[in-house]
Amino acid sequence: MTVSTPSPRLAPAPRASSRFEVLDQLEAEAIHIIREVVAEFERPVLLFSGGKDSVLVLHLARKAFWPGRVPFPVLHVDTGHNFPEVLAFRDETVARLGIRLEVARVQDYLDDGRLQERADGTRNPLQTQPLLDAIAAGRHDAVFGGARRDEDKARAKERILSLRDEFGQWDPRNQRPELWSLYNGRHTPGQHVRAFPISNWTELDVWRYLERERIELPPLYFAHEREVFRRDGMWRAVGEHSLPRPDESVERRTVRYRTVGDMSCTGAVESVAADLAAVTAEVAASTLTERGATRADDRISEAAMEDRKKDGYF
Amino acid sequence: MSTLLRFATAGSVDDGKSTLVGRLLHDAKAILADQFAQIESASRARGFGGDAGGFDFALLTDGLRAEREQGITIDVAYRYFATDRRSFILADCPGHVQYTRNMVTGATTADVVVVLVDARKGVLEQTRRHLAVVRLLRVPHVVVAVNKIDLLGYDPEPFARVAEEVAAVADELGLDGVHVVPVSALAGDNVVERSPRTPWYAGPALLELLETLPSAEELAASAEDGGEPFRLDVQLVLRPQGALAPELAAVPGAEAEYRDYRAFAGRITSGTVRTGDLVEVLPAGILTTVVGIDTADGPLAEARAPRSVALRLADEVDAARGAVIAAADASPAPVRELEAELFQLDARPLVAGARVLVKAGTATVPALVAEITGRRDLDTLRTAPADRLETNDIGRAVIRLGAALPIEEYEASRGAGGFLVIHQQDGATLAAGTRSTG
Repeated sequence: MTVSTPSPRLAPAPRASSRFEVLDQLEAEAIHIIREVVAEFERPVLLFSGGKDSVLVLHLARKAFWPGRVPFPVLHVDTGHNFPEVLAFRDETVARLGIRLEVARVQDYLDDGRLQERADGTRNPLQTQPLLDAIAAGRHDAVFGGARRDEDKARAKERILSLRDEFGQWDPRNQRPELWSLYNGRHTPGQHVRAFPISNWTELDVWRYLERERIELPPLYFAHEREVFRRDGMWRAVGEHSLPRPDESVERRTVRYRTVGDMSCTGAVESVAADLAAVTAEVAASTLTERGATRADDRISEAAMEDRKKDGYF
Repeated sequence: MSTLLRFATAGSVDDGKSTLVGRLLHDAKAILADQFAQIESASRARGFGGDAGGFDFALLTDGLRAEREQGITIDVAYRYFATDRRSFILADCPGHVQYTRNMVTGATTADVVVVLVDARKGVLEQTRRHLAVVRLLRVPHVVVAVNKIDLLGYDPEPFARVAEEVAAVADELGLDGVHVVPVSALAGDNVVERSPRTPWYAGPALLELLETLPSAEELAASAEDGGEPFRLDVQLVLRPQGALAPELAAVPGAEAEYRDYRAFAGRITSGTVRTGDLVEVLPAGILTTVVGIDTADGPLAEARAPRSVALRLADEVDAARGAVIAAADASPAPVRELEAELFQLDARPLVAGARVLVKAGTATVPALVAEITGRRDLDTLRTAPADRLETNDIGRAVIRLGAALPIEEYEASRGAGGFLVIHQQDGATLAAGTRSTG
């Protein structure tokens, strides 16, 4: 049966160039990975925070299944310290795309005593238990994440399909070899797989692609005026969960975020980049990595990320 | 906008591989200020470079705690950098014998493998092994970086000797187009820029080579005979009725237009497809015509590997995941039994009679290792009789498949000639296989 040429498109405009550029290669690879996981697993889910990397994976998933809808739900681990603008963006996005949202709340665990607040106030490391419980409750055998290998030395070693045991633990010394583009997702009951379709993208690739595809992001990523104070060499937003100490003075500055995580440990950078093109140009010229510039939790030790990953973190 | 090159580095322990990678990243200005500061302070804390302090480049890629503590590399580390001409994905592969499987991992996707050799030691067993793997996995280009020339006072003689040894090994293995570059990773000679201290070497620096060697994708695109024939391994069938993308469902008439929509989604494995092309759907063996090449960005008149697309066919075809759509005039014959080269990766030996799974393309079928016909001597690549393959062995076997699969000769297709041998119960990847009828 012949079907007439579909007219509506997902992307704003077709590109004239027939050259297969870096971004085309990365896109083709990511779509292939997403389709593989959906084809081979029963109940995949995408970790979706509203941050740019998870927004990108969701966009790629839409492309992978076009003209159908994205065939899996998204899961957000809410630390309780999220930026309200990002939560609003998250809700608006899933509503627009008709996708089911599952939320695991760190606050619930603090309220009933399963977890305790850390002395330093950061809740990022507290996400692991609610995440693993949500994976088990949803019986998810595959969990998509927007992690990239250029983010961190430990992530640089992780496979695209990463096998986790029932404790979510990553065993870096016993990883499956990944050959050609044949992904082996076989697992035993209790195990699940973390799938990272944008493993091979750099921060700059992400921004270039977001700009090329005109993908919507939470407003935090663009320059805006905000009450901030200086801590650990970063600008921290003043908010309900992020208050200055007496010796820290509050100023009004034009800033933007390079990553949007937990408010208690994510810093802003001074910037006037107000749109995707300006941000992309700024990232291209940056002399700091995004985590070095904006994540207090990764400055703790050389192995901060490795330790969290081994415990089941992303 | 630039093109992409995937390359892997390999070498024996202490050849200075991590140092070379660190040097390459540093001199190509791919290390950002906070990474530099972190490594500088870690180098100092470890006493690297004595009182004067120094910069231990190896700390850049040794990402795991155990690696930093033992000063070794355990697992493939991926690094990313770009110059004005190209973007690079680098798989930094460990050199220890027990981690040869990581070298195999890096080599299956690499456009170029950079093999490190210590100028003082010359070609070692590990070097030969790595070159043999590169040959068997058909990596398009090899660069042998002869390192530590600074320790030999930039003397041209040792380099010339190593270059001769390399040429002899390449000859034995049947390896074409090997480039040999004298470098000092520590001092930076011929890594990013040509060194004034090696006037006796007229060739390009390592980075120049990496910027100019054509990738597998570029080689395929420019092949004069049109390159490999079209093939797409079907990942899944897109049938969105009742579940159209919301932005599409909002378009008047779309529900009716897409009611019977059915397309075969996959990433083109090789070659080029155009609308109107006659194709064969395997293993069913049905001939039909491509009427649409769909993407979310709109339909294409033509697409080539490695693009991800969805194909609409003229006839109603009973095909699902695992099917292959191939050019009708060059479609591969599905086989029930094949001769293969096996790269044994798992710690458990593989023996004749083993019941396993084989994953090729998007199909996974039960399989039987009917016979192990020999093990390769990696010094000569010659095969000697053997009845089992131990970890890191490369050997030959006859494999019987539970269902016919259109696996191609690896010499003819790097994308469609490789497969995984998987443990039936625990799902471990036991071996990498390439079809090669000997």
